[in-house]
Formats: sequence, structure tokens, C-alpha cells
Amino acid sequence: MKFPALRTYAYLYLLFLYAPIILLPIFAFNDGTIIAFPLKGFTVEWFRQMAANTTLRTAVENSLIIALSSAIFATTLGIFAARAATRFSFPGKAGIIGLIMLPLVLPEIIVAVSLLVVLLGIGVTLSVFTVILGHVLICTPYAIAILNTAFNALDRSLEEASYDLGETKWSTFRLITLPLVMPGVISSLLMSFTISLDEFIIAFFLAGNEPTLPTYIFSQLRFPKQIPMIMALGTCLVAASIVLLTIAEYFRRRGIAKTGGTDTGGFL
Amino acid sequence: MTTRPTMIEFQDVHKYYGDYHALRGINATIKAGEFFSLLGPSGCGKTTLLRTIAGFEDISSGAVMIDGKHMEHVPANQRPTNMVFQSYAIFPHLTVEQNVGFGLRREAGTTEEKARRVEEALEMVNLKGYGRRAAHALSGGQRQRVALARALILKPKVLLLDEPLSALDKKMREQMQVELIKLQRQVGITFVLVTHDQEEALVMSDRIAVMFEGEILQLAEPEVLYRRPNSRQVAEFIGVMNFLPAFVLGEAGDTVQLEVAGLGRVDIEAAQSTGRATDGTVSVGFRPETLTILYDGQKAMDRETPGTIEEVVYYGDMTYYDVRLDGVEKVVRISMRNVFGRPVLEYGSRTRVAWSAGALVLFR
Repeated sequence: MKFPALRTYAYLYLLFLYAPIILLPIFAFNDGTIIAFPLKGFTVEWFRQMAANTTLRTAVENSLIIALSSAIFATTLGIFAARAATRFSFPGKAGIIGLIMLPLVLPEIIVAVSLLVVLLGIGVTLSVFTVILGHVLICTPYAIAILNTAFNALDRSLEEASYDLGETKWSTFRLITLPLVMPGVISSLLMSFTISLDEFIIAFFLAGNEPTLPTYIFSQLRFPKQIPMIMALGTCLVAASIVLLTIAEYFRRRGIAKTGGTDTGGFL
Repeated sequence: MTTRPTMIEFQDVHKYYGDYHALRGINATIKAGEFFSLLGPSGCGKTTLLRTIAGFEDISSGAVMIDGKHMEHVPANQRPTNMVFQSYAIFPHLTVEQNVGFGLRREAGTTEEKARRVEEALEMVNLKGYGRRAAHALSGGQRQRVALARALILKPKVLLLDEPLSALDKKMREQMQVELIKLQRQVGITFVLVTHDQEEALVMSDRIAVMFEGEILQLAEPEVLYRRPNSRQVAEFIGVMNFLPAFVLGEAGDTVQLEVAGLGRVDIEAAQSTGRATDGTVSVGFRPETLTILYDGQKAMDRETPGTIEEVVYYGDMTYYDVRLDGVEKVVRISMRNVFGRPVLEYGSRTRVAWSAGALVLFR
């Protein structure tokens, strides 16, 4: 390589990015409550504690329900919006799309506080459901951005050809459009799921008494005794993320190979 | 041709996109079993007109009739037409046979029957044995054949072809032109082709409609279009045509007496005066191959005019000469077949050009 300085920079960058994550499993198996070197010994005690913690289990369940629902709702809405945005022109289209995309740049705390005020104002009880509402709001712009690309890449004459061959608008969507934008749909589901799963501010404001994973972790940080368990939890989450991304990437590449498209880059 | 019934009829078809007037009163009929072409430069409305037949474009006023039926409230998926798209629109996630058999999904019939029809359709376009291949693994020419088979399997009354050959290389294109002509004769279905390639239109069509700016300028058989274009636009779009300014001296019965720059006094028949000139000028036009360069000792059959060779373009089988006729500013292009033993003349040399009054077209 011609530029040793750039190379050093790249390595430092990667170290800064991943070193903390590598520390997670190290301390998760460390037999000591203090997060510091030297390591004391090997233990699975923290994982056992984690498994036995009922509040944590509730938090995980809540978070999975919220993330799954948000991903599905946001992606469904995204499919409608992306199709409308790429296939039709109607008055005020740019403005409407702009408004839908706005949460992308709005400070989340503003979104959270205004939602809280409105929801309390109309008398809705705070629960998992209200968190889902908030998460759909912030996930939908990402879903639309991803799905817009997928719909734009789709040759319009494919849909016309299907229609020309006797199919209805709906069966064309089911037989032609949906299978061809499927890689985009999967990307969108994954993206929304991830965003929702580790979202803190909206969950903090809108969950009421229900814990979610991020709010639970935050609440436990006040107790030094609990920190090794949080490390164990973090290790599990990192492992789950890697598995999930690998599966998604596998399906994405398979989809591309099947339709003979060119790889335009995914997550990995 | 005259005895054939009408298949498609355009009655004063107008199409607006906002303020843009895309189709300006199209009136034409396409006969059953005809190979019909819509020819014109890009943006002339030919694809829009084709899409009004398919049902992909609504028309602003007028009527489109197919086989005697008004098409106004008939959606694309219920029209007796099928289309071969410019991009072929092969479904990339399906196999060749799934693509070809796509239209049969809603048809009655057993699975075996449908499989047989797919097999027949593939055979018709010389793709026997390709059924199980993935559609995206095909070459351009093969995709085109799949698109043809997929559109023809439903036995439509009209097959619409939107620039189907434009994505192929020259050799493949010429081969497909011949195959399409044969296929059309074999199935006897009305073909409507959109193309911007005048040569393609001349080679393949029974009749051609030449379109400019949303209007049909001339609708005729290829030979008529070529020999008797009705306007300078049509003449310039189809092949090469030389123009020389002219002056009408008088008309007597079937004869028009002209004074043509460089050519002198010429009498032509009234039938040669079909051309319209939109700018008010009068000119005569003639094709490069209707002129002949005379070699030493050769005599003209009809008339001859002296000139100077300004440019020589050698094409192997042909040589194009740009010749400045004495007394004219403009050069005229003359094409000569390179017959064995005939030398290619040099640029700058003096020559004599033979021509015939019968080959002229008057635009006024």
C-alpha cells in the first residue's frame, strides 16, 4: 500500500469501533463483578443470572414483540408508499413523501415528547402498543428509502407485460412485483427490526411501566453488581445480530443469483 | 390486400399529456393479417399510438376500434392484443417455460395441454429444449424469442411490437427481421411494429405509416413511400434524397413543365408532383441511385448533365459520390454499384451525370 498513514488510520478506526464489542464476551465470562483487568477466572454465572431474571425476560419479550410488529407495519406501509412514489404521479406527491420522510431528520426526543403529549391528551394508556406506534413512525422512512430503490430498479414493462397477458393489477403485484422486490422487503424488515430493537428514547417515553430491552439495560446500569449480567446479555445480542445478518445476507445473495441481477451491495 | 377486412381503426385519435399534444388526430386503418409499421423519429408519438392499441394509454378524444369493437372501456388485460416490449420484459425470476406459459394461467385446459402449447410456442420461435432454463441466463436474441413466444401463445388478434430489434446487433437484427416476416406469414396474425429504423420498416412491412410530431404524414406501401414520398420530411427520413430548387413554368394536362437548377428544362408527369413542401419553396427530389456517373464513351439513356466530383466515399460494394452539377451551389449524392472492372473515380475530377425525368419527385 502506498499510504502507510491511511493504513494506520484504517486500523485504528476498526480497533476503536470493535474493541469495546470484543470486551463484552471477555467480561461476560469473567469471574468478578468489577469490569477491569486482570481477569479473575472463567464462569457462566452471569448467563445463569440473566436466564433467571424474570424482568429481563419480560423486557426481551416486549422488545421482540415491538420490533417484529414495527418491522412488519413499517415495511407494509413502505411498500404502499414506495409503489405510489415510483409508479404514480399525483398532486402534492413531493410534499407528502417529504412529510413521511421527515422523522428521519427530526430529533427523536422531539418526536417522543410530542407523541407522549398527544397520546396522554387523547387518553391512551401507555403500553407496548404505544411504543409500536412510535417505532413505526421512525422506521417507515427507512423502509421507504430501501423499498424506493427496489421499486425503481424494477422495469415497469414487467408489470405491463403481466397485465397484457391477462393478469389483474393485484395478481400482477403478487406474481411479478412482490417476488422481484423481495430482497428490498427483507432488507427493510431487517433494518426496521434492528432500529426498533435498540431504540431507547421513544421506548423510554412511551412504554409506561413496561420494560423494553434498552430501557431495562439502562435502568440496571445504576447497580454495579448487575453489570456483568448486562455484559452477558450484550454478548447474546451481538451473537444474535451476527446470525441474523448472515441469514439475511444469504437470502439476499440467493435472490440475486436467482434473478440474475447484479449485486449492488447489501449489508455485508 | 384490398379484400382483407379491417382489424384496427383509429378515428381522429388525440392524446394530450397536460399541455403536450402527443397525438394530433390520427386516422388510419390496419387490415387483418397485415404487417404494419409505425415509423418515425423518437418523440413522434409512434409508441404512444401503439400503447393506445394495447390499452396502456387512454386517449383524450377519438376512438380506437379493434376487430369492429370500441376499445374505450376495455382494459389492457381484456384486449385481444399482446405485446413484445422494447426491453422484452422477460420475468427474471421465472424459467423460460414459465415465462412463455404465463398467459395460460387464466386459460382453461389441463396442465398437460398447457405444457404442450408451451412446447409448441417454443418450437415456433426455434427455442425447443430451452424450457427449463432460467430466463435471465439467455442472450438478447433468445430473450426476444421468448418474448415473442409468450405473446403469441394466447393467439391474439394483433401482435404489437415496440422496437423489438433495437437492442440487437446488426447481424442478429437482420436475421430476426427475416424470421419475423416468416413468423408473421406462418401465424397470419396482424403485426403492428414500432420502429425508428426506416430500413427495418421497408424490409418488413406490408404498409408503413410515417409519423412526425403526433401526425401520420404518409401511409403507404414501402415502394410508394420510397419512390413517391408526399413531403420533404418523409423523403428525408426514408433513405437519402437529393433536392434541387425548381420553378414551375406551366402545367398542361398531365404534364408539368419545370426549370430545375443544374438540370435545366424538364417535363414531368403530374403523378410525380405528389410532394408537399411546408415552407413554400419548390424543389425536385431524386434518390442517389437514380443518377448514374457516365464513364468515357458511355452515353446517357435519357438526359445528361456535367459536374465535378467533390467527395468520394467508398463502401466496398458501393461508392458514394458527391457531385456539384455545373451551375448549382449544392452537391448531389450519387450511389454507384462497384461492378467488377469499373474504377472508382477520383475526387476533383470532371464527370457527366446521367438522369431521367421519370425519377424526379416535385415538392411544392
